Amino acid sequence: MTPPAFERIRSIAADVLQVPAGQITLDSSTETLGNWDSVHHLNLILALEQEFDTQFDPEEIDKMTSMERIVEVVGRKVPPS
Amino acid sequence: MTIQELRQEIERLIPSGESAAASRVLAELWAQDSSASSASFVVARFEQLREKLNLRPYRLAILRSYTVEPMIPLLRAAAFIAGIDLTVQLSEFNAYVQEIVDPESLLYKFNPDAVILATQTRDLAPELWRDYSRMSAEQVQSSSSQITKDFRSWVRRFRTHTQAHLILHNFEQPGIPNRGLLDDQSNDSQRSAIEQINRELSSLAAETVGVYVLDYDALVARHGRLQWHDERKWLTMRLPMTAQNTHHLMKEWLRFLHPLTGKVAKALVVDLDNTLWGGVIGEDGMDGIKLSGEYPGAAYQELQGALLDLYQRGILLAICSKNNPDDAQEALRNHPGMLLEPKHFAALRINWIDKAQNLRDIAKELNIGVDALAFLDDNPIEREQVRSQLSEVCVIELPSDPMTFARIVRESPVFERLTLSAEDQQRGEYYQAQRERDELEQTITSREDFYRSLQQEAEIAPLTKGTLARVSQLANKTNQFNLTTRRYTEAQLMEMTSSGNAHCFSLRVKDRFGDNGLVGVAITRQAESVCEIDTLLMSCRVIGRTVETAFLSFLADQARKHGATRLEGWFLPTKKNAPAKDFYPSHGFAMVKEDATGSLWSKDLKADSCPCPEWVRLTVLNGDAQ
Repeated sequence: MTPPAFERIRSIAADVLQVPAGQITLDSSTETLGNWDSVHHLNLILALEQEFDTQFDPEEIDKMTSMERIVEVVGRKVPPS
Repeated sequence: MTIQELRQEIERLIPSGESAAASRVLAELWAQDSSASSASFVVARFEQLREKLNLRPYRLAILRSYTVEPMIPLLRAAAFIAGIDLTVQLSEFNAYVQEIVDPESLLYKFNPDAVILATQTRDLAPELWRDYSRMSAEQVQSSSSQITKDFRSWVRRFRTHTQAHLILHNFEQPGIPNRGLLDDQSNDSQRSAIEQINRELSSLAAETVGVYVLDYDALVARHGRLQWHDERKWLTMRLPMTAQNTHHLMKEWLRFLHPLTGKVAKALVVDLDNTLWGGVIGEDGMDGIKLSGEYPGAAYQELQGALLDLYQRGILLAICSKNNPDDAQEALRNHPGMLLEPKHFAALRINWIDKAQNLRDIAKELNIGVDALAFLDDNPIEREQVRSQLSEVCVIELPSDPMTFARIVRESPVFERLTLSAEDQQRGEYYQAQRERDELEQTITSREDFYRSLQQEAEIAPLTKGTLARVSQLANKTNQFNLTTRRYTEAQLMEMTSSGNAHCFSLRVKDRFGDNGLVGVAITRQAESVCEIDTLLMSCRVIGRTVETAFLSFLADQARKHGATRLEGWFLPTKKNAPAKDFYPSHGFAMVKEDATGSLWSKDLKADSCPCPEWVRLTVLNGDAQ
């Protein structure tokens, strides 16, 4: 079972990292996706902040280097709708 | 359609080769969703389409003291939608001085069309931003003058290495001055010190061709100084603003790109009922329509004020309205709430014909392309009809609330201009005189009698600093009567003529109805006995009245004086310059050769005198000064 925000996060990641959504799983990370460099990381963070209308702390941003961790941080900050 | 449906439609259109349709749906998607993820999607799709669309390539370099990476996909997406295929190069952080000073730098190797210098007060003048309350008046003075001195020297160095346009961000004011309320109780405030720097930057832009100021301070203030910053991202990632504000900075850059790339509207066609006034004149009558300084008529007066500002900027105004002409004319002439007057409109179509057809007619009457029109109408059905039948027209999207109309017009980047010539400011009057000329032509039967009755004077002068802005504008905007359609920036024109490699002449035409302004440009290069016409162009509003022949006769004279025996010139056909096609053959030139780009024409100056028509009085100002 995937967490509720996963689909939204995945489609944003697919756009920003320019990877087909089908290739992105909870295990995808900066290690497994070649496009996920520091510039794309920042773009991804900003896209997520806009989508979920929130602002992440620097500590959170440093941690959000895999889909699983992004889902976890977003889940904590944004109450499920 | 929902965003998801639009995306699916795009994914279907691209592989089936329907590029134009795909690009229209991409524009619709971007209008609904201009988020960062949408930007990446839009950019990736346009990259697949770019070969099949007629996009304007443009190279932009950004020199910066902070992180601008997240703005780049946003900017490229918005530029693609505007028809611009943007290649962006970013400098290293804080490397702008080396980039500008070193002629071998990556900046100059990139060969940019335009360069943005994106810096902020706290990077360039940290002391003025942070330590103001501890600084003496002398220290403030020396800091400020050092900064303006630096900018002057950077701009000078920049100009020696490139002709590119340069956009300078000016200096932001702090949200709360260092000295609190005290700051504004004296005339040596932090605010005035920063204002002083900004005034100096604007003077620098006014003095230097192709250098412009982006009012970063006003941009931040418009969106709220305290809402602009994201201190955490600044401290950890050197990104000074919030995610939302990256969009605002991107849009400000885009406002410059429109005039820089010529993606601008020359005329705005407006509807009347519920657009220029509230209500329907045919039903509500003169007393019933809403148009005054009070609510709700004030919204429409605000819009009329915005349109007057466009008129002053040289943008033509025209009316396209479904109405009984008598009702509408009565309101235009006599309603006390009208700020606009009949004389402000260059063309009127008040009838019951469909608007797409009327817009085609208006473009023809004004001698401009349909793609130079913008269209303002409160009725979404009319907008859709125009959009679907005339996709080149810039249709301005209006929400239902008229209180927003004026602001939307003011924010529209297609009306931006970076320089303003005397011709721009008087353009509306020229078109009014043209209407009178057309009426005269209809009452006179012979062409020659008509030419004589016009009493035309052609005044030719070498390029001067005073005419540079207008000459460059003509070189970049004239599409129809333009033999080679070579585009030159102001800086390139200056360089060409001051080096003596080329001669550049401008043509001003006057007649009994008034001054048409500076309407023609010619550039010639002479090598031994052959004088080549590099550029010959004229505004369409004077074509067909034989001044083009007068201009050519001057060029022939000039060439002869400098020892030439042949006058030569290329005709390079484009989609739009058919009006210039027969110019050389009809003036006794013979074709020398023809290739894929066009045809070269030549005239023997000894055998053929190339006279000036007797009904045009030719005046040459300092014709031999160059």
